[in-house]
Amino acid sequence: MGKTIAEKIFDSHLRDEPFPGTRVVDLDRVLCHEITTPIAIADLVWREKDRVFDRTKIKAVIDHVTPSKDSKTATQAKILRDWAKRHDLTDFFDIGRNGVCHALFPEKGFIRPGFTVIMGDSHTCTHGAFGAFAAGVGTTDLEVGILKGVCAFREPKTIRIDINGVLPAGTYAKDVILYVISRLGVNGATDRVIEFRGPVVDAMSMESRMTLCNMAIEAGGTSGICLPDTTTVDYLWPFIREEYENREEAIADFGKWHSDDDAEYERVLTIDVSDLTPQVTYDYKPDCVKPVNEMVGTPVDQVYIGTCTNGRIEDLRIAATILRGKKIADSVRGIVSPATPKIYNDALAEGIIQVFMEAGFCVTNPTCGACLGMSNGVLAEGEVCASTSNRNFPGRMGRGGMVHLMSPATAAASAIVGKIADPRTFTE
Amino acid sequence: MMKKFGGPALFLDRSDINTDEIIPAKYLTEVTKEALKPYILEDLQIEGFDPKGDAVRRARVIVTRENFGCGSSREHAPWVFEVNEIHAVIAESYARIFRQNMFNGGMLAIELPKEEINRLFNMVGGGEVEIGIDLASGKITARAGKEREETFAFEISPFDKALVEAGGWVEFADQRY
Ligand code: SF4
Repeated sequence: MGKTIAEKIFDSHLRDEPFPGTRVVDLDRVLCHEITTPIAIADLVWREKDRVFDRTKIKAVIDHVTPSKDSKTATQAKILRDWAKRHDLTDFFDIGRNGVCHALFPEKGFIRPGFTVIMGDSHTCTHGAFGAFAAGVGTTDLEVGILKGVCAFREPKTIRIDINGVLPAGTYAKDVILYVISRLGVNGATDRVIEFRGPVVDAMSMESRMTLCNMAIEAGGTSGICLPDTTTVDYLWPFIREEYENREEAIADFGKWHSDDDAEYERVLTIDVSDLTPQVTYDYKPDCVKPVNEMVGTPVDQVYIGTCTNGRIEDLRIAATILRGKKIADSVRGIVSPATPKIYNDALAEGIIQVFMEAGFCVTNPTCGACLGMSNGVLAEGEVCASTSNRNFPGRMGRGGMVHLMSPATAAASAIVGKIADPRTFTE
Repeated sequence: MMKKFGGPALFLDRSDINTDEIIPAKYLTEVTKEALKPYILEDLQIEGFDPKGDAVRRARVIVTRENFGCGSSREHAPWVFEVNEIHAVIAESYARIFRQNMFNGGMLAIELPKEEINRLFNMVGGGEVEIGIDLASGKITARAGKEREETFAFEISPFDKALVEAGGWVEFADQRY
């Protein structure tokens, strides 16, 4: 019987099987940010085990609240900063070089096909776009990861989703994943890996694949995963050129991480996206999704473009295409947070930042920002935000606020109209 | 060290209760578990539920429905239970990370089938429901008042059981790796 990519990764990293069905795997990456790591650090210090298993494999960033907004967030940042210094971590990103973890770490070339990755952050599944097994974990798992370089998982069962057809104009990876989540439900993939396959995924950029994998957790998935191919190698080439003679060799090598043809899947879901329309969430759960035409006209107070889901250069380009030469509605507060300094810089060079500013957007530094209502862009009671982020839970962006999730194109169109709008009316 | 399990139950009659409802994101700036204590279930809105009420203060076990603890990976969710001395949750199902976080902290996330969860909810109204949990025999005893008593059998994986017995994953991993 053949194996899936997730099974192959588990087999190659197996450290221990303390009980049947429990796999303890060696970790290639333990990623850290300033919200969930400080308590792990404090606990390690308290246990007198303030050590790291490998300073080159642990990467840390301050991204959720940066610059710090008050004494408490300053303390969280300080705990992480001091710890990174104390253990001489090879990679730690602070103000000026920091950005949203799931955009920054891939951009730095830290994630490779076949890697095992954990982070104290539920959207760690994003990194599966590279053909890695990447899972969000809690602080205790993170703590053991930091100390021992291992993490325990159940046997990975996989749901394969074949995405066929051709994405119509005005629809993007975000629309695909919102649609997939609506089909699976918020716990339809609990304890499962979601393997994204098919011609639509093959044609996607790494940025789009990250958008896809990013929201695997919104269906309960442990990790999203895409098979590594030419696109993966092209993205990673600056980081792996020393390791391979040429790209073909890298592509062939990464082939070992392809699922076998006779691999066993728990479930295979085939969808055709040729008739897909832009998708928007309507309630407090990410699986409450409707086609945009059923949501058109819903007034919004704020539009947020950014986050680990859709704050990458491709997303900003898409939004800018719609915003160019236009003004956002007077009634709307537009906020854009390029996800990393490099993205910010590229957007500046391409004139995209100017497009946003001329349209009336506030451009923030790279940070999670409004996504989780902890620092800037918090909603007042009863306010509504059209957002490119991944969560619409009650209170997520501020108590009593409502978040509608959508693509950057739909968000940009909604900013112009002041109400949820169909991006296709601006692009056609 | 193994934790103590059992005591008065708090019934949360809804599915998909997420981590933001268990502990709102704005409290993630705290760097000790103790500091989270007053904010337990603060944003949870269920009819008749008062996060500051007596039932929450007295509770040692939570009984709820499907997909409990979905959303964020934040361990603040099990911690806010831990510091409020709620060491066990009984639900129809959980989000993976939350369930793992519970066991990683040496706490219990017990799954029971829908009919049995219904049977537990049916005990509400007959006074406070007191729940006893015996890990060794895998038995739950629920009592409401003097007359009413129901028992349930549960199973947790040998790994999860080992974590609970060790007092958590750090202890387990430290002895083994
Ligand atoms: S952008 Fe939002 S979802 Fe992504 S890591 Fe930051 S807070 Fe989490």
